[in-house]
Amino acid sequence: MIQFDHVSKHYPSGHEALSDLSLEIRHGELLVLAGHSGAGKSTLLKLIAALEAPSSGRVLVNGLDVGRMRRSQVPYLRRSLGLVMQEHRLLMDRTVFDNVMLPLVVSGELPRDAKKRVHVALERVGLTPFERVMPVTLSGGEQQRVAIARAIVNRPSILIADEPTAHLDPAYAREIAALFRSFHAAGVTLILATHDDTLYSPYGARRIELSKGRLLT
Amino acid sequence: MSFYSHRIALQRALLRLGSKPLSSVLSALVIAIALTLPALGYVLMDNLAGLARGISGKPELSVFLKNEITRDQAKIVEARLLADTRITALRFIPREEALKQLSAHGGFADVVVALQDNPLPDAFVLEPKEASPATFEALRTMLTALPEVAYVQLDSEWVERIHALVELGRRAALLLAGLLGTALVIVTFNTIRLQILTQRHEISVSLLLGATRQFVRRPFLYFGLLQGLLGGIFAWGLVGALLLAIAPRAQALARSYSIVLDIAMPSVVEIAVLLAFAAALGWLGAAFSVRHHLHDGPVD
Repeated sequence: MIQFDHVSKHYPSGHEALSDLSLEIRHGELLVLAGHSGAGKSTLLKLIAALEAPSSGRVLVNGLDVGRMRRSQVPYLRRSLGLVMQEHRLLMDRTVFDNVMLPLVVSGELPRDAKKRVHVALERVGLTPFERVMPVTLSGGEQQRVAIARAIVNRPSILIADEPTAHLDPAYAREIAALFRSFHAAGVTLILATHDDTLYSPYGARRIELSKGRLLT
Repeated sequence: MSFYSHRIALQRALLRLGSKPLSSVLSALVIAIALTLPALGYVLMDNLAGLARGISGKPELSVFLKNEITRDQAKIVEARLLADTRITALRFIPREEALKQLSAHGGFADVVVALQDNPLPDAFVLEPKEASPATFEALRTMLTALPEVAYVQLDSEWVERIHALVELGRRAALLLAGLLGTALVIVTFNTIRLQILTQRHEISVSLLLGATRQFVRRPFLYFGLLQGLLGGIFAWGLVGALLLAIAPRAQALARSYSIVLDIAMPSVVEIAVLLAFAAALGWLGAAFSVRHHLHDGPVD
């Protein structure tokens, strides 16, 4: 489903984020990326979503070479993925409902169908009572759940999360991790970068560790 | 799907216009003022051209004879002119009638009474068969060369001067429209630049979630178009108000010259052209701005 083929990524500053990395992620897999800060976890996730382009090698997502993709094709790749970033990147001047609706608006979904799907996504993350409130009034854990609802509203087959529990207290972190595990159980391919792999490892996750852009395990 | 995405873009553009009404109205007024000057100039030139057309009539030549020329000599001149095939109509105006006409004309009656002798000469007014400048010039040369003739005057000369003036005014209005149209493009360019800066986060998130470049650009293009259109509407409002304000004074001035002046308001076509022009320039400014500021896409 996702294949990294001798991928390296160098930044103009000279920093080498990934070095000759080869990796295959199968359909329906739960993959946990571990490693210290700056190990290359975020870069690896960004390459999947075409937020970065590889300096060399190939990144294939569902058979498509992301690095050689035309710019006009990139939005369609991103619509097929669910992205949850460390900073939740919510629009603070929009309601929870509008934030979750955004991926459907950009993909041209008709409002009636889109609203139904937003309700389902909010129900899935337990935020139905908060759909008309502004995200700024929510706790960090609730804001992250809004971001997760936004990521799953398009019903993606691949869900990518970059440190989704980094700024949350342990109780919230367990809650969010349980939510991700439930998506995996429903058949979604889940790729997570995390410092705390104990939230997933006991549940059949494949753990790989990166260090200085290289694969350790 | 395509129509829907345009509808969404239009809605978002309208929301942006409505979210800061004062700022939107002020920007539209700047555009309106920039457009009013050339539009007003063009409309006034149009009115002046209509006036010149209305009073020019057929082009004629006035031939003034020397004061010492007798009526018999004048008859000889008349016979010569009637024999000329280039002349289609000829009218003799004796000096007595000319004086009568002068005293009947407003403002000159007192002057005529004060005169001891009639200083006016006998004259012929003739209409050439062809109204071409070459015919007029040939006739003028021939008539000036006659020993009985003191002066030849082309009666439509001043009308031609008005036409030339109107044409000059029109060109000036068009040049001004080009210059101020550029200003309109710059105003819109800057407005959109500021919008892109303030909405950088939303743009970034939209691109992250799979928005196409067109999806991001379209609301800005619609915004530019709507702002230009609004500026155009305001501009016509200003042109109309200014025409209404100056019409009574212009008509009073025209009346003092015994001219009936009707100030015509712009036609529907002229209004449509200005609105389309303003909307197109707004769109152009927005297009330049999004092309310049969204070129690399602020994804991260």
